[in-house]
Amino acid sequence: MTALTRANEPFHFCTRMHLLGLTGFKAANLCDLLALIKEVPGSSIYHHTHRFLQQHQFFSPEPPNDFAYWIREVLGEEALAERLASIDIMEFSSIRELRDTIAHTIEMYLKADSAVDKKFARKGEEFVFIKSMSFVAWTNYYASTLEEFADVLQKITIDSVYFHIFESRLRLGKATNDFSNWFEHALGEKELAKKIAGFDPYTLTLEDLRASLVRLIQERIAHDPKS
Amino acid sequence: MTPNLEEYIPIVGESALEDLRLLAAKLQGKSILHINSTSVGGGVAEILNRMNPLLQQLGVNSAWKVIKGGEQFFEVTKKFHNALHGKAADITAQDYEIFLENGRQNASEIATDADILFIHDPQPITLINKKMQNRWIWRCHVDVSNPHQGLWHFLEEFIERYDAAVFSAPSFAQRLAIRQFLIAPSIDPLSDKNRDLPPEIIDEVFKKYGISRRKPIVTQISRFDRLKDPLGVIQAYKLVKKYIDCQLVLAGGGASDDPEGIHVLEEAKAAAKGDEDIHILLLAQNDLEINALQRGSTILVQKSLKEGFGLTIAEALWKAKPVVASNVGGIPLQIAHKYSGLLCHSVEGAAFAIKQLLNSPAYAKKLGENGQEHIRRNFLLTRHLRDYMLLFHSLYHSEDVVYL
Repeated sequence: MTALTRANEPFHFCTRMHLLGLTGFKAANLCDLLALIKEVPGSSIYHHTHRFLQQHQFFSPEPPNDFAYWIREVLGEEALAERLASIDIMEFSSIRELRDTIAHTIEMYLKADSAVDKKFARKGEEFVFIKSMSFVAWTNYYASTLEEFADVLQKITIDSVYFHIFESRLRLGKATNDFSNWFEHALGEKELAKKIAGFDPYTLTLEDLRASLVRLIQERIAHDPKS
Repeated sequence: MTPNLEEYIPIVGESALEDLRLLAAKLQGKSILHINSTSVGGGVAEILNRMNPLLQQLGVNSAWKVIKGGEQFFEVTKKFHNALHGKAADITAQDYEIFLENGRQNASEIATDADILFIHDPQPITLINKKMQNRWIWRCHVDVSNPHQGLWHFLEEFIERYDAAVFSAPSFAQRLAIRQFLIAPSIDPLSDKNRDLPPEIIDEVFKKYGISRRKPIVTQISRFDRLKDPLGVIQAYKLVKKYIDCQLVLAGGGASDDPEGIHVLEEAKAAAKGDEDIHILLLAQNDLEINALQRGSTILVQKSLKEGFGLTIAEALWKAKPVVASNVGGIPLQIAHKYSGLLCHSVEGAAFAIKQLLNSPAYAKKLGENGQEHIRRNFLLTRHLRDYMLLFHSLYHSEDVVYL
């Protein structure tokens, strides 16, 4: 294993906050839901596939997306809910692809059993489409080495971890998460970068994700030939 | 008295305060003016009494003014308030004229040259007539999911001249030509209603009302109002009582000046007659006692038939209590069914959920803990403060991802 190095360009941590907007659209049955999934802004698809992760980040791994949750709890279509909840978001590098897959999954289900569309949500339990406006700001935290990085990672907000792992990859269309990118290109830590990029962060709570990242970095530091 | 922002650090963490400071720093040079119709009493004044000084502590140039109005004006706005909530109302041309005339008088007295005007509720809505190049927000604190149509159309003409409207729950949103944001209300973890209490105070309150703590206690805190369904709660308790020896507490205030409330209270007392384990408490406004009753209960219930946002849910969950509540209004925003509480649609459903929780204390405890974390992250005053500052920033951006 090569010795640890110091980056020429430090990693500058961002934080991310969001404000929710109302689209004015709501669906009472599966057909309406499908039509609106195809129509609403990408920021709405993003919100409904990531809200649970952010708001209920402490619950349990494998949080359902809002579509799956509504279809199970309100329409009672367990099988479709399971299919939607198990869509592997890590496979997609854009919201457009993710939207198409969700729509296709619902379409196939409706094709197999058109009677499903006769189920309506009670008044007040319709699916209301919300969108998310993100605000990204630089924090005062920087890291030039793995030691500094592990230290900062334990101090920053969970929103900052969220931004660099989830949002920058999917919403801003980057090939990988920001941490892996910096480890590989600024520190030459290809193996560590690969390990982190290979995580499925959607099956961890955000705090577990933070702890796993810190552990991987500390393991790498412990194996430094100079230490 | 408003607490110092630093006092929230042990509750929400230093990093949450850092985010607030960062947002505030980026608002330097902008002045904000809140305008509403009362400085005391009511939820809006309560929020502004905390929010405005906290914004100032963060260095934001924030001020608050209250419009003036005579008895006639406030009679009309009371009528408006009920009509927006969906109650049938006869709003006359004279009512509209009184409303508009009061608006004209206030417009001539209140300077509206701040960079951002933050107008709360319908009473000061006509001030938009003074809009120049500055930004205006209309904050609707009312449940307008089923408003009086004539009144809504009247207000819509003003609303659509604002830069943005803000609602408390998704179901309150309307089809509007302007941007709409969703900002939920919040609770203050340092207020008398929500702060930690020593066990002696909790014991004292239960002792005062003659409630034994040796049996499980199921409690609903609500004013005596049909929409809070106290009779439904008693029915649910009776179904539970067949299998589990427990007590019911129905506690709330506000009945003295409300004829229907007195009637509902009497009906509840009649339904409870003969069962010494049902405690019906008509309380004067006493936040500390409400806090103690919530903290000392085994399960908290909110079996409302209709609800605005339902902040009693956030109060209960903040105390890590297992909650059974109806799936109405803003309640499902606070409870994810089976994750942070149990939602129900009927008396039988409520009874079943209460039995489940009384029989499975470990499950009940987990729901309460999840609920408390959910409130910590999403429904405390600090989140509300952050959302308001993000809202101010949003007025200068139209893109979905903003780099500050």
